[in-house]
Parts: sequence; structure tokens; C-alpha cells
Amino acid sequence: MIKYLLKKEFKQIIRNPFLPKMIFMFPLMVLLVFPWAASYEIKNLNLSVIDNDHSAYSRRISQTIVSSNYFRLTNHSDSYNQALKSIENNQADLILEIPRNFEKSIINHENVKVMISPNAVNGMKASVGMTYLASIIGEFNNSLSSELYPEMAKSGSSIVEIDSQFRFNKSLNYQVFMVPALMVMILTLLCGFLPAVSIVFEKELGTMEQMNVSPVPKLIFILGKLIPFWIIGFIAITIGFTVAWLDYGLIPVGHFVIIYAFAAIYIFAISGMGLVISNYAQTLQQAVFIVFFFMLLFIMLSGLYTPVDSMPDWAQWLAAFNPLKHLMIVMRSIYLKGSNFVQLSQELFTLLGFAVAFNAMAVLSYKKTN
Amino acid sequence: MKQLLSFIRKEFHHIFRDKTTVMILLLMPVIQIILFGFALSQEVKNTKVVVLVNTMDEATQRIISRVDASEYFDVVQIAHNSDEIDLAFRDGNAKLAMVFEDHFSENMKHTGKAHIQLIADATDPNAATSFIFYASNIISNYQQEISQPLSGGGMIVPEVKMLYNPQMKSAFNFVPGVLGMIMILICAMMTSIAIVREKEMGTMEILLVSPMKPIYTILSKLSPYLVLSIINFSTIMLLSVFILKVPIAGSFISLFLVSLLYIFVSLALGLLISTLTSSQLAAMMISGMGLMIPVMLLSGMIFPVENMPAFLRFVSNFVPARWYIDAVKTIMIKGLGLSAVLKDVAVLILMGTVLVSISLKKFKVRLE
Repeated sequence: MIKYLLKKEFKQIIRNPFLPKMIFMFPLMVLLVFPWAASYEIKNLNLSVIDNDHSAYSRRISQTIVSSNYFRLTNHSDSYNQALKSIENNQADLILEIPRNFEKSIINHENVKVMISPNAVNGMKASVGMTYLASIIGEFNNSLSSELYPEMAKSGSSIVEIDSQFRFNKSLNYQVFMVPALMVMILTLLCGFLPAVSIVFEKELGTMEQMNVSPVPKLIFILGKLIPFWIIGFIAITIGFTVAWLDYGLIPVGHFVIIYAFAAIYIFAISGMGLVISNYAQTLQQAVFIVFFFMLLFIMLSGLYTPVDSMPDWAQWLAAFNPLKHLMIVMRSIYLKGSNFVQLSQELFTLLGFAVAFNAMAVLSYKKTN
Repeated sequence: MKQLLSFIRKEFHHIFRDKTTVMILLLMPVIQIILFGFALSQEVKNTKVVVLVNTMDEATQRIISRVDASEYFDVVQIAHNSDEIDLAFRDGNAKLAMVFEDHFSENMKHTGKAHIQLIADATDPNAATSFIFYASNIISNYQQEISQPLSGGGMIVPEVKMLYNPQMKSAFNFVPGVLGMIMILICAMMTSIAIVREKEMGTMEILLVSPMKPIYTILSKLSPYLVLSIINFSTIMLLSVFILKVPIAGSFISLFLVSLLYIFVSLALGLLISTLTSSQLAAMMISGMGLMIPVMLLSGMIFPVENMPAFLRFVSNFVPARWYIDAVKTIMIKGLGLSAVLKDVAVLILMGTVLVSISLKKFKVRLE
């Protein structure tokens, strides 16, 4: 019986004027465009410098900052108000104010304050910019101190040398961070939205009543609805792998098989959720808004671009019930760190739990009478 | 006039009959504002640290306890070889590793130099940069305290003053973004689906043969969404002022006027989509893919537009939300007057006029 049901589902999908196009175009669009747009990689921050000192040292520090690649000197302002103007009309992102007597203080071995004023309307951007600027100044301090205190290196004073290493993403490329997560988004949107729409669509068309009077058991009906999305999900994720490889040179460190296995469970879970919603929704509009509501919640709490670790406890607790969050961890771990089933066993069981729970709900909430 | 009113009443019935959707529409901004305001941040907090140290001595102990005591880090594990670090990273049990060289204290005393390696899980590049930055800071503070006063002066001390948003609350950035998104959702997405729904059901034909002028039919269709948007605008304002403590620095009147203009543009977009499509599914896809995604990505709501490649920056000029969000930020957060947003307003007016004239031209008054 399931064979005929599947045939019907596929016919319905293929007959639709844009569903087949969307299954191919959507992953392509997301992976080709999103990593460029969805980026917190901060480069070329616009810096307005107020140099009240006009000395060799003050020029040297602005030079050091600009040559770091992270900052671009927009203008030299004469006064704070003028610099503030350039922040107001978005020409500058931060202001660096170098005080008078800057050079004199350094030469006299006195500490001197410089003022950094970032435009903090976007707090994240401001804090990233501030961190960069502060670490550049820190390095500058180090080179200053070896100039000011050449005797220090010789004397017994102790120095802790720190060297830092970035693992798994050596070039600190933001796209490497986003691409695996975006595959999760693609799976979620395709395999969450479409099932949610599919039953309601039949309700609105009136074909649902025909299904209801047929002798098809509930479980078989739900399976018939699920399996096509499984296949769609696999197609989408395979497109995703290809684009990630061709466009971003990204190949998972871990094994493809593990990703496919996780994807299989995940698609099962998220499509089940879609089906539950479409069982309850009466109209297409309703279904769309309910799904949209949950998707947005899930995406925000998934760690897509803000780490789950930084969330307050209640939000982390909520995030534990978010299937997206778990697959996001899985994808990034396999792609970048090469984790395996053992290391991801917690996520594996959580996702399996979601899959079973959602689909049980889907079967139970499907009523043949309405 | 009486006719128009009864048509409007009919439209309100259409929407408010569907309790689930209305509830979602009214709750969505509330939940978004709370999540964006309280849950999402990039601040480094309680990051798990694994320490590799073979000879525990006074200096290593002090550094480790300092790192552990800071709000940024939690030392969760002491490893004894680099494989354990590897495993901790792969398990997701640690985001930062601190590797002390052997005989750390002794080296410091005798040769004057000791070595620490910081290894960050750079899966999230920004977080990794911050981990390294904060950890290095803690270590250099320790070092400054133990070293002789000789190296005291002559340092440049950065002093930071965050403009407009001293506590760096993410809400300051998200409130305008949520406004921009919700309006599109209600005005463009819902409107287009609702109008197309009448087409699909066949009731549009009945409306068209009624003695009402088509323009009134359209106006009555749009009015409930206008009301919903204004309700949502007010909830978002109340929430952000009283719960998130994001003050309205500029004038509320100009903020409201700009928002009305944006609602008008969004309604025009919804109308246009509804004239171009004939099935609800298509209307949904077009408004979802063509409007929601650009609003989330290209409007500066989450990701700064300035960092994008030139092509996307160019495309973002055609996203109304970008101009609206910019205007809201300028008025509400920076507290500047209407004169500072003249460009945004002009662009929105232009977009609205173009959209309305196209959709009026395309609106079919005849049956097919």
C-alpha cells in the first residue's frame, strides 16, 4: 500500500510548479549567498582618529592600527564633536582619541590614556572591534616596553611568554563557521516547512477527506508523507556538500557517513514536527505562521551565530529542547573537528528521542474524522 | 462610506476568526523581543577551559586559579597529555586549552622566561579571538603584578566609552530589526496570502462583481493589517522601553511617522505579491524567500551590512527594511531628529509610490 501512497506524494510534488525547483534552488541560494551576508567577520572597521598630539608616537600608533587589516582610517578629526558627526552619519565605526602630551608621557615613563569610543548600537560589532583594537594596542605596548626598558630583558625580571593557536579553523574564517550550520538551516526549512504545508494543503483542496475514507492506516499514511521529505532532505544535503566543497573548499574532517546518519534522524524528527503542526492547523495560513513561529525560535536559540554558552540559564535550558541546536553542534563538530559517533553520542540519543516523540505525536494527532 | 465600513468589518472578521494566527501574530514580537533582548549575546562567559600542566607549582596554580575565578572562564579539567586536550575539544568539553611548559615556576625564576600556549577552538572565530584576548589579559595582569616596578610606566592604557549603548545590550540593535521584520511579516506576507486565498476560494470574483470600486476593496483588505501592525508597533515600543530599558532617545512622533511610512511600503509589497501570484503556496514562498530572508540577512538587523561584499551591499539597497531599520536606529537609539533620516524617508516614499502604482496597474478587475 505504501508504494501507491509514495507514488501519489511524488506526483503531487513534481506536479507542483515550483516545489521541485525549490528543492534544488533553495540549498544553492542559501549556500552561495548566506555565508557572504551572514558574517560577523569584522574587517575594515572605519576608524576616525583625533590626534591631539601630532607627534611621532601618535602617528606610529595610528599607523600600527591601520596596517593591521582590521581597521581603515576614515578621517582625522580635529575635535571630538567632529568625530562624533562622522559616527552619526555612519562614516565611522569607532573613534580613537589620542591625548595631548601623548609622546611626552611615554618618554617620561608615565602611563597615558587613549580613548576608544565605538558606536555600540550594534553591541556585538562594537565589542569585537574593541577587542581587536585593545589587542593591537597591547602588542604596541609590548614593543614599546622593550624599547623603553632595554635593560629589562637582561635583568632578572620574569616574563611569561604567551603564544596562541587557533585550532580547527586556523585562518579564523567566518564562512567555515557558517557553512555547516547553514546546511542545518536548509534541512530545517525544507523538511520542516514542506511537511507542515502538505497535509493542510490536502485539507484545503478537499483530497484529505478522500484519504480519510480510504482504508489506509494512520501509520502508513504518516510514513507516506514522511519518506518523500527524507529523500528531499538527502538531495538537499548532498547539494550542500557539493557547494561547500566547490565554493568554499570545505570537506568534512569526519566521515560523510556519520553526517548522513545524523541527517537521516534529524529529517525524521523535524518532518515529524511539521506533520504534527499540519495535523492541528486548519488553514494554510495558520500552518505557515505556526511553523514560522517555531522556526524563528529554534533558529535564534540554535547557536547559529551567538554561542549557546553565552545565553542565560533559562535560555540554555530552552535550547536543550531545540533539535536544531543539537544538529548544529553535530555538523560543526564533524565538519571541523572530525568527531565521531562516540563523541557525539549525547546528541545522537537526543535527536533519536526527538524523532520518536514527534512522529508518535504525528500519528496520534492525525484523526481520520473531522 | 457605509459600504466601505461593512467591507472593513468583514475583513476584520476574516482575521480575528482565526484565533491561532492572531495569537501568534501578537505573541511573536513579544517572544522575539525577549529572546533577542535577553538570550542572544556574544559575550564570553563561563567558557570551559582545559589545562595541561605536568608540574604543578606555585605560579601555575596561581594563574589557573585566576583564570578559573574570572567570569569569563571555568577550568573544568586538568589534562596530562595533549591527546586529552584533543579529546576535550572533540567532545565539546572545552573551548580553550592552556598549556604550561614543564617546570614553569623554576624557568621563570632562573631564566626569567616561562612559556604558556593558549589553544582556542576556533570553530567560532570571533569567540576564539575573544577567548585568547581575555586569557592573555589575565596572564599579563598576573605577570605585571609579580614583576619588578621597573616595567611600570610608559604604557598606553585604552579607555573605552561605548557610545549610545554603554552596556552593549544586544537589544539596541535588535529592537529596530524586530520592528522591521514583524511589519513585513504582517503587512506583506499575511496580506498577500489573504488576498490570494480569496482568489483561490473564488470569493474574489464575488467581491469584484459587487458595486464597490476595486480600490475600496483593496483598502478594506489592507485595513486590518494596518491595525495589527500598529498594535504590534505599540507592544514592541512598550516592551523595549519598560522591559528591555531601551529608551526612545529621539522624538516618538517622528518614529511613529517613519513606521507608518514603512507599514505603507510593506502593505504595497503584499499587494504586489498578491497580484502576481494565484496560489497561496506561491504567495507564501515568494514572501518567505523574497522578503523574509532578505529582511533577516540584508537589512543590518543581525549582520552588519557594511561588512558584506559590494554586490550584496548593492542588493541591500532594494530591501525596504534596511532603510527603515537605519531610520529607527538613528531616531530611537542615537536620538537624532527627522533631518538625519531624510534620505531613508525619501527612499521609502519612492519605493512605496513605485510599488503601489505597479500593483494598481496589475490589479485585475476582470475575471479570467
